[in-house]
Amino acid sequence: MKFGKMKPQRRNRLMIVGLVVLSAGAAVSLALTALNENINLFYSPEQIVRGEAPRNTLIRAGGMVVENSVKRSTTDLQVSFLVSDMAASEVMISYVGILPDLFREGQGVIARGVLNDQNVLIAEEVLAKHDETYMPPEIMQTLAESKAKAEKNGTSL
Amino acid sequence: MIAELGHFSLILALGLGVCLAVLPSIGVYRRHEGLMRLAGSLSAGLFVFLLISFSCLAYAFWDDDFSVAYVARNSNSALPLQFKLSAIWGAHEGSFLLWTLIMGGWTFAVSVFSGGLSVDMRARVLAIMGALSIGFMLFILLTSNPFDRILPVFPADGADLNPLLQDFGLIVHPPMLYMGYVGFAVPFAFAIATLTTGRLDAAWARWSRPWTNVAWAFLTVGITLGSWWAYYELGWGGWWFWDAVENASFMPWLIGTALIHSLAATEKRGVFKSWTVLLAIFAFSFSLLGAFLVRSGVLTSVHAFAVDPERGMFILAFLVLVIGGSLTLYAIKVSGIKSEAGFDWTARETMILANNLLLVTAAGAVLLGTLYPLIYEALTDGKKISVGPPYFNAVFVPLMLLLFAIMAVSPASRWKKTPRETLRRQFPALIGSLIVVASLVLAFATEVSVAVILIDTLALWIVANLVRDLWSKVANKVAKLPALFQQTMSYYGMLLGHLGIAVTIAGVCTTVYYTEEKDLRMAAGDVAELAGYEFRLNAMRQIKGPNYVADQGEVEVFQEGRSVVKLYPEKRFYAVSKNVMTEADIDPTLFRDLFVALGEPVGDDAWAVRIHYKPFVRWIWFGGLLIALGGFCTVLDRRYRAVKRSRQAAVTLGVAA
Amino acid sequence: MSSLNKSLLIPLGIFIVLVVILAGGFGLKDPHFLPSQLIDQQFPDFALSELNDPSRELTADDMRGQVALVNVWATWCPNCLVEHPELLRISRDEGVPLYGINYNDDPFKARQWLVRHNNPFQFNIVDNKGKLGIELGVYGAPETFIVDANGVIRYRHVGPVSRRTWEETLGPIIELLETNPDGIKG
Repeated sequence: MKFGKMKPQRRNRLMIVGLVVLSAGAAVSLALTALNENINLFYSPEQIVRGEAPRNTLIRAGGMVVENSVKRSTTDLQVSFLVSDMAASEVMISYVGILPDLFREGQGVIARGVLNDQNVLIAEEVLAKHDETYMPPEIMQTLAESKAKAEKNGTSL
Repeated sequence: MIAELGHFSLILALGLGVCLAVLPSIGVYRRHEGLMRLAGSLSAGLFVFLLISFSCLAYAFWDDDFSVAYVARNSNSALPLQFKLSAIWGAHEGSFLLWTLIMGGWTFAVSVFSGGLSVDMRARVLAIMGALSIGFMLFILLTSNPFDRILPVFPADGADLNPLLQDFGLIVHPPMLYMGYVGFAVPFAFAIATLTTGRLDAAWARWSRPWTNVAWAFLTVGITLGSWWAYYELGWGGWWFWDAVENASFMPWLIGTALIHSLAATEKRGVFKSWTVLLAIFAFSFSLLGAFLVRSGVLTSVHAFAVDPERGMFILAFLVLVIGGSLTLYAIKVSGIKSEAGFDWTARETMILANNLLLVTAAGAVLLGTLYPLIYEALTDGKKISVGPPYFNAVFVPLMLLLFAIMAVSPASRWKKTPRETLRRQFPALIGSLIVVASLVLAFATEVSVAVILIDTLALWIVANLVRDLWSKVANKVAKLPALFQQTMSYYGMLLGHLGIAVTIAGVCTTVYYTEEKDLRMAAGDVAELAGYEFRLNAMRQIKGPNYVADQGEVEVFQEGRSVVKLYPEKRFYAVSKNVMTEADIDPTLFRDLFVALGEPVGDDAWAVRIHYKPFVRWIWFGGLLIALGGFCTVLDRRYRAVKRSRQAAVTLGVAA
Repeated sequence: MSSLNKSLLIPLGIFIVLVVILAGGFGLKDPHFLPSQLIDQQFPDFALSELNDPSRELTADDMRGQVALVNVWATWCPNCLVEHPELLRISRDEGVPLYGINYNDDPFKARQWLVRHNNPFQFNIVDNKGKLGIELGVYGAPETFIVDANGVIRYRHVGPVSRRTWEETLGPIIELLETNPDGIKG
């Protein structure tokens, strides 16, 4: 961008360039800080069972909802269920609220929440994918990895 | 037969598109006026054959022709007629055909309403639009043909339309959105055409402005409808999720908003010429990027179409060709162009510049947040993250607050230099707004929030200064009332647009801070209290719709013992697609919505029930519609109709690249 | 119009970075590029019942002897309906045995589905717990595997089978395997 040719305009131009640089810098640092504080890492059930996931930070976890593992409270909307990587690892997720329409046993879900000391994920949000044909990529990868490991170890599922 | 006819028409349209891209270009190159003039009729032909093609697909849906794979996947004989027709754009293939049809429509419109353009310029613009439509049509024919048959054995009935999409919102939301996305192809084509002439004057800004405003207004309507649809149809009571697909429509809107302001400066004052061209390229690029994000499956989202690598590769290649090509052309051709006019820091130009910086930064921040999961995954060898709404809010809100402050003082500003006195006069209203908003909040709100007072004060300040500005235009007239109606349509458009923003700000801020919601376990007879209302679940019953069965609750709402309304939220089960859908019921009024949705049965005849009290939530969409109305208004401005043909013709005639 | 102003190349530079990110993200997500550890490995062992004849137990041995297509499908999968006509055509015209794995499904619904849409499969393995699917590394339905005469998985296709899939990939691979069983790898 070019502004002006006269002297006062040149001063103006300098001011504007300075302003642009300053505000761009501010915006970028603001964005990066906000980004660092607000990314939620995904952990597979196996990582959580092994204690690799941090406590007291918001994380995401997911897998297939284990059949017959959904337990509801009889007094309020508390619900808990197990998610599995379909290999050895299962994680309990506890949630208070309304589950999404596509939540079903045997389907993939992702929950966002905080791990407590008993390795239970206290979820503030539970998501199920709208398209039934494919699973969320995180879960796909988890299942694929647990499969690969099972093969390597020679254990069958 | 009809599907084949549709397919064949599309191929013919492709042929015409190739002619449109090539013949007028040869005409321009060899200064052959006959070839240049072909652009008009070729555009018409392109549009007509696309329309035939689209109508054929519509017919296949209307006729329940399940031998057409696309129809079989997205329709069902039990589907009500209006949804059969809107199912045309319910999935990838058909929606892209609609996108292409709209591209044809815009091309045709440009050819019709381009009387003021020189033959040469018109040929260039239409040829570029033709070239773009070639890309879109090839994409359909090669990767996403909606006319493919399942033969010889085809299903007796279709798999049904996704129930989320069986709704009025879906009938209108995508066409509006696409009108906006594709509409940005027009200023893009003008910008590129101007670049190819090598003469980057202010004329192209004058030509592009009405087109840009209309496209932008359509996009505004589309986004507003999308937000409204998400609110009542997804059943969570949210109206914006910073979902990747929402972002994909929001980024072009932000850039488009910057563009319509920057075009004004370029047209009126000849400043920011190269920047405006860049914005025009960006606006359309972001539209294409949006298409890529939604259709390639590169990002997961509730809205995303099914994953198909072939399609993703095609769009990516198209992106590289179109955006890379235009940015290269830009770099080559813009070198050495200087703006002549200088301006004071108080000038309207400065404010528009600030507006542009803030909006582009905001779009950049949204882009960063949307793509960050991809970047992170690549950098950390496959670690998956998501970027949540807190990021977007943290970055977006401060930028917008700055923008709103500038917005409040800008209507009174003048080109070149604003008298200090005029600027100073804008601030008393700020104090007044603060007093009014603070007392309103103290009087009515359950709790006092500084953020609400601050933001709503900004909104009221914007409105107050708009009123003052309008008044200043009539104050010294003898006949004040008629003068009120004698301003230019552009001016009314600006008033409406800015008023709409203020209304939306007030709605967003008040809703965010004062919404009350509860998720409850309720059985028939249970009563829940929320925000001074009592919600009583009277009964649950089963009902049957045309293609679903549903559990329906009757929730009666009382205020101070008086019955206010009965709401009927439903949990629908669509038999064919085996989908469960939450159908919320809402009691809307101007100042508050009562929202009730059913969760799932939780045993002992009890249901999970979600109730919301959402003050001012309507204002969000009402404001959005005002903004769009403002955009449409500007087109009616007399200046755009009385185009001085001869002079403009002289500007560009005979200038070949 | 003198020399090129370098700063004008900034937008282009940003765009190129963007394309790299998009293309990269795209490669990671593309299901066709998913590694399949099972290519050139024995089809996993299983012992599951047949869909229409629950008393009959099927094992991997039932698939040996001939190059065959194994299709993973379910009634909840819309794309299975899409590919179904092509499967019917293949089983009728191509002379390749087609075996089904009814994946994560309700056997009763699956039987009804086959009655309604016709049955192209020589037999159907009931995998209603999804275990075989997981051993196969199946991510969703439909998926189709080519298994050679010795029961070794030779190819995996994700997504619906179309006429084009048959003509360009499945058909040629099967032909090759039939004429020259050891001639190809991977």
